[in-house]
Amino acid sequence: MNCNLLKSQKLTKIAALGLCVCLLAGLLTGCGSSSGEASEEGSEVIELLNVSYDPTREFYEAYNELFSAYYEETYGVTVEVTQSHGGSGSQARSVIEGNEADVVTLALAHDITLIEDEGMIDEGWMDEFENNSSPYTSTIVFLVRAGNEKNIQDWDDLLQEDVDIITPDPKSSGGACWNFLAAWYYAQQQYGDDEEQIKEFMRALYANVLVMDSGARGATTTFVENGQGDVLIAWENEALQTMEDYPGEYEIITPSVSILAEPSVAVVDENVADHGTSEVAEAYLEYLYTDEAQRLIGEYYYRPTNEEILSEFSDVFDLDVELCTIDDFGGWDAAYEKFFQDDAIFDEIYNS
Amino acid sequence: MGRKMKKKKRNRVIPGFGLTMGITVTMLSLLILLPLASVLIRSFELTPAEFWETITRSNVVGAFQTSILCALLAAAINCVFGLILAWILVRYDFPGKRLIDGMIELPFALPTAVAGITLAKMYSDQGVLGQALNRIGIQGSYSRVGLVIALVFVGIPFVVRSIQPVLRKLPPSCEEAALMLGASKGFTFRHVILPELPPALLTGFGLALARGIGEYGSVIYISGNSAKNGTQVVSYIIMQKLNSGSADYVGAAAIALVLLAISFLLMFLLNMVQWFAARRTQ
Repeated sequence: MNCNLLKSQKLTKIAALGLCVCLLAGLLTGCGSSSGEASEEGSEVIELLNVSYDPTREFYEAYNELFSAYYEETYGVTVEVTQSHGGSGSQARSVIEGNEADVVTLALAHDITLIEDEGMIDEGWMDEFENNSSPYTSTIVFLVRAGNEKNIQDWDDLLQEDVDIITPDPKSSGGACWNFLAAWYYAQQQYGDDEEQIKEFMRALYANVLVMDSGARGATTTFVENGQGDVLIAWENEALQTMEDYPGEYEIITPSVSILAEPSVAVVDENVADHGTSEVAEAYLEYLYTDEAQRLIGEYYYRPTNEEILSEFSDVFDLDVELCTIDDFGGWDAAYEKFFQDDAIFDEIYNS
Repeated sequence: MGRKMKKKKRNRVIPGFGLTMGITVTMLSLLILLPLASVLIRSFELTPAEFWETITRSNVVGAFQTSILCALLAAAINCVFGLILAWILVRYDFPGKRLIDGMIELPFALPTAVAGITLAKMYSDQGVLGQALNRIGIQGSYSRVGLVIALVFVGIPFVVRSIQPVLRKLPPSCEEAALMLGASKGFTFRHVILPELPPALLTGFGLALARGIGEYGSVIYISGNSAKNGTQVVSYIIMQKLNSGSADYVGAAAIALVLLAISFLLMFLLNMVQWFAARRTQ
């Protein structure tokens, strides 16, 4: 009995020891994998994490190849870029909470400002690269089913009683805010300073919204895959991509006015300092402005910010549309406060 | 005193209580207690008045109503069909039985978003099943009906897996005896089989309900998320708060706290009922 007890105590100790060893080993290998791969038989491999938002997935997949080839040729260093995609706001949050991003390429300057506020990105990041650090832009258009049965040409046509609209929820999707603001800008041009009338216009428009998904991709799925609604208010790049994927089934209608969205890019200074990747990270974003990359941007249906290359794509994009910018609303923070906060204008027009 | 403890320790059949208890407490703290405490602490950053205002906003109250109502309905439906499913799986042998038994767990294994997207497509008015529903005047996807359908899907394994062991334990000889004694089949079912089931049914119901109230992935694509049509669920409101430009952690935590309290209360009530029932039968 006593012997057995001793034996069992011994076993317990051995088990505990074993567990400790396992944990330690796990920790060590964990550390090892993050630091040990920098040099491998002379040929250097640098890892880069690009935290981006949903619709850029395909573009960055192609861009990473282009960049890696360029970098290896010029510096003899292999760069492996890992991508992460999700809603722009939640991606920014993940970086703040410890996602080790070297660069962020998000939908809104505001989301990068959130990271800047935590001290992880140095002030003045917007001037670090050309065009307010926006290598590509996009805008909001309508996607309708082939034939355009309801004859939708401009924003006011969306108010017809029998039109069903698909657009995501501005309270959960950054992209959907742009849809709202573009419509607001149109109404503002119609009614001038009469805010009550503008609100009436917006109320009628949102009364026609059939399904309000939580994000832009979800809304596209609802419209395309599930066949809901007559018109999808969509990002131009998503709309063009859909046209390519389903030839002959859809038409793009560009309204008379829309909004210019300028997705921003930045180096996460704190993280690249830790990783020793600041040079590569800067080169990665800098290279977005080269002609090759700008052309690739156009091929993936974002508008290149290089005017010359943009004009090469004049058959793809409607370059005549009048575009307002977020500055027409006093910047993103002011717009957010005025329209999308709890009990702000969106709640007022949608819930009443 | 020390001797007594030692003696007690010596009497245990299985050794290693200290170690296993240590691991248990650590895991519980790391995975459950600490995260829950952080929700609590976050939501205390609000003054009571702000807290009240946050959780009584019309869209929040509406979302709670939607979540609770749909989860209740789905759990009730699951109880009926779960019982039937468990019944045939325990009592009958048929080809493909193993397959069906395995399929019950699919909702656990399948990513809920995949289920949500598929269901939304099937039950939309363009989808196969949605068209049929439409013909009898019911809108499937993008309505509360769709919500309930998604919740039935995620909740069914809870009910089936709770009832199966009880049914298996119930010897067929009881039924045979009842039949021999002249009871009709209906009578046997009502007075011999059914009385054994409430505790298990209640457990399944409670689990399905608690899961349904907080469900996110599977309902988000099928519900349409419209405050106007009453199809926004609580988890969607929480996500809205976090994803919106303001990243309102505190408001989200406040709503999460209420959700937590409701789930806890439900589980507590169900356990109480079971406890009373168990005491009565003893």
